[in-house]
Amino acid sequence: MDFVQVLRDEFMGRFGERLRIEDVDHAKRGCHLDITASGVDIEEAASVMDGLGFTLEAISGIDWPAEEAMELVYDFNKMAEGGRIAIRVRVSRERPEIASISKIYGGANWYEREAHEMFGIVFSGHPNLTPLVLPEDATFHPLRKDFSA
Amino acid sequence: MTELLSIEPIRMLVFLVGTILFVALNAAYLTLLERKESSWFQRRLGPTEVGPWGLLQPIADGIKLAGKQVIVPDGVDKILFVLSPIMVSVPVIMNLATIPFSDTLVARNIDLGLLMILSFTSFNVMGIMFGGWASRNKYSVISAARVVAQNVAYEIPMFLIAISLVMVTHTFDLRETVLLQTGGFWNWNLFKLGVSPLMPAACLLFFVCLLAETNRSPFDMMEAESELIAGAITEYSGMGFGLFFISEYANIVVGSCLVTILFLGGWNCPFGLYPGLHWFFVKMYGIIFVVIWIRWSFPRIQFYGLLNLSWKILIPLSLAHLLLTCVMVKIW
Amino acid sequence: MSVDATTIQGETFVVNMGPQHPATHGVLRIKLTMDGEYIMNAEPVIGYSHRMQEKMAENRTYSQYFANIGRIDYVGAMIYNFGYACAVERLAGIPVPERAEYIRVITSELNRIASHLLWFGPFIIDLGGLTPLLYAFDDREGILNLLESVSGARLTFSYFRFGGVCNDIDDDFVAGCRAFISRMRERLTLYRRLVTDNIIFRKRVEGIGVIPPEICRKYGATGPVLRGSGVAYDVRKDEPYSIYPLLDFDIPVFGECDSMARYRVRMEEMNQSLRMIEQALDKLPSGPFMAEKVPRILKPPKGDCYFNVEGARGSFGIRIVSDGTEIPYRLKLRTPCFANLSLFEEASRGMLLADSLALLGSLDLCIPDVDR
Repeated sequence: MDFVQVLRDEFMGRFGERLRIEDVDHAKRGCHLDITASGVDIEEAASVMDGLGFTLEAISGIDWPAEEAMELVYDFNKMAEGGRIAIRVRVSRERPEIASISKIYGGANWYEREAHEMFGIVFSGHPNLTPLVLPEDATFHPLRKDFSA
Repeated sequence: MTELLSIEPIRMLVFLVGTILFVALNAAYLTLLERKESSWFQRRLGPTEVGPWGLLQPIADGIKLAGKQVIVPDGVDKILFVLSPIMVSVPVIMNLATIPFSDTLVARNIDLGLLMILSFTSFNVMGIMFGGWASRNKYSVISAARVVAQNVAYEIPMFLIAISLVMVTHTFDLRETVLLQTGGFWNWNLFKLGVSPLMPAACLLFFVCLLAETNRSPFDMMEAESELIAGAITEYSGMGFGLFFISEYANIVVGSCLVTILFLGGWNCPFGLYPGLHWFFVKMYGIIFVVIWIRWSFPRIQFYGLLNLSWKILIPLSLAHLLLTCVMVKIW
Repeated sequence: MSVDATTIQGETFVVNMGPQHPATHGVLRIKLTMDGEYIMNAEPVIGYSHRMQEKMAENRTYSQYFANIGRIDYVGAMIYNFGYACAVERLAGIPVPERAEYIRVITSELNRIASHLLWFGPFIIDLGGLTPLLYAFDDREGILNLLESVSGARLTFSYFRFGGVCNDIDDDFVAGCRAFISRMRERLTLYRRLVTDNIIFRKRVEGIGVIPPEICRKYGATGPVLRGSGVAYDVRKDEPYSIYPLLDFDIPVFGECDSMARYRVRMEEMNQSLRMIEQALDKLPSGPFMAEKVPRILKPPKGDCYFNVEGARGSFGIRIVSDGTEIPYRLKLRTPCFANLSLFEEASRGMLLADSLALLGSLDLCIPDVDR
């Protein structure tokens, strides 16, 4: 079963114009599908991925001060059957807020805590958004581009 | 010399000093034996710096321990904290008073010697329990609870085997027990299959109980280093720790002496030629070597596995042995 | 330490394991809420060896960062070198000569065996057996001597460069590898007889620390943790890189999901690595060990890419975002131990303390890998 194809159809059917799906060359970009999904409810997208049996491998945050936005890249992988999907979401830089998917994927709990402490992105619905690797009382966000020690 | 020794108080004094020296030297040099033996099994050298072949290492360790500050943590139960190492080490040293090292070398030969040793061994548990409780440290309390459960569970098969042996030898007197095994090794209790075909199994059971009573691996719940650091004795430093250490090795010595006397014929030679003190030491140190060998070869048993082994396997086996010995003694 | 008398049944108390503890293999703190000997809740508290590696990447050039990448998982540093080098080569489009690929695979697989031996020793120590560590380290010495002769380092390798490796391997190395392979095969048999078949050891790990594959999926666990739960996922077979498609090897998968399954996966992986090294040595071509015309100051084109390799502990992924300059814009390290540890809280509920240590040991954690 070609999960990439199934996923593409599922996403196109459910979200249609709200996302932009790009077929990429795995040898050049490292994933099979690159989905830009800024207008989409991330919880719904994550539950689609969960339903198809994908694993959440990483949540990376990227700070784009020039574009007044922060980007979150969710890397999903279908283990042993092939299919690496990257879902990109952009949030605004002054009030970065997005829904948490930690109820769907338990692993997202730690990734979201890390993105929060490094960038300041607030994940609404997260049970425990305290710093994970930084000290418990840290109020700074080191990976922002305007951070200076 | 012998006239002096026949004066009772002088004899007692000599034996007192001798026993304490024996315990202290053993405790010290058994640590070196353990370190050297473990290094042989682990393909390394062990202590070699202090003295030739590391022979002065225990002296250096002893001086270090004696020079350490004795830290009594805040909030501990002072009486129990201080009482605990004493309670663990004194009964063990007293045990050595009844052990016959050779035909003439015994401090005070009590005719209930075996009973005395077995009852004093139970003090060990209380001492560790007091130490763990008084330390006011969660890890120590957990460890003390484990030790109590383990020691109580393993005392029972040990006593049952001892009772079945007493049925064979008709005496609690340790010197008598050895005298009944004179001759070659076929006279040893270990090989007295005519009296009880399960005798070698009984010896093995007794040995396993010995390992458990002295808290040696694979039954070292008390000091399971990777889980509870040093267990019940975490908070002890300096000479308090030294006393626990001495008592552990003294326990091993007493236990090995017991196995030697009860099963291996004490000071008798395997071929009946030159019985004497040297044979006792050969057998005793042989058993200690095996005890140390086992520690460095096996992983630790799970706590519930340990209790299962005792209650579900060792106790039924020792009861069976007791019954079998009864039947055999009655019929033959 | 005070005793916390909480609700539910009986009294529960909070015990701290670590950050200094013999069994946590690094600075890891676990807050245990215990009811007697049973664990009600185990919350790992991490961050004690956090060095902000991702921010350091934004202050160094691509080549300078090679020194950092070996320190993330210092036990399997060669494989992490592999991941980073391939990620940048993918982004910048740098080809790698064939001999360099073979050298990379040989040294990475040697590093994988060394990493598994380093896991093996402390795992058995956690269970109380103090001797196998020394035997494992004896074998590790053989590997480290070989790798030192080519890369100059014993632990934190920075051997790879963009476009190849920095040093060629010579005939002594090849002969040493072959001698090591034949010796290691006997040693693996020895470990099987001494440890794997030992009944006390088996009682400590069989049926202990069960992690069902669904939990693995939800938390993103990879590597031997996932393969011990029955999922046949290995990056070298799923998204093959370098010359792995040309090598003939199997992925050990065991379906029991307990600590014994994970142990057997790693022991068998050592066997498979020996197979791979042998094949690679047989097929080793001659030629350059470094691509020509790789710019000294590398400026990859704008864009981003992801690359993942099979680390000793699981799938190690790097996402690089480049803005065309010689300094990365963003470097995200997806480390396997981070995901593997995150499932500890859920998997250890209701376990005995000693069993949870068997579980923690079988996860094969390297704490700097968790914290970065």
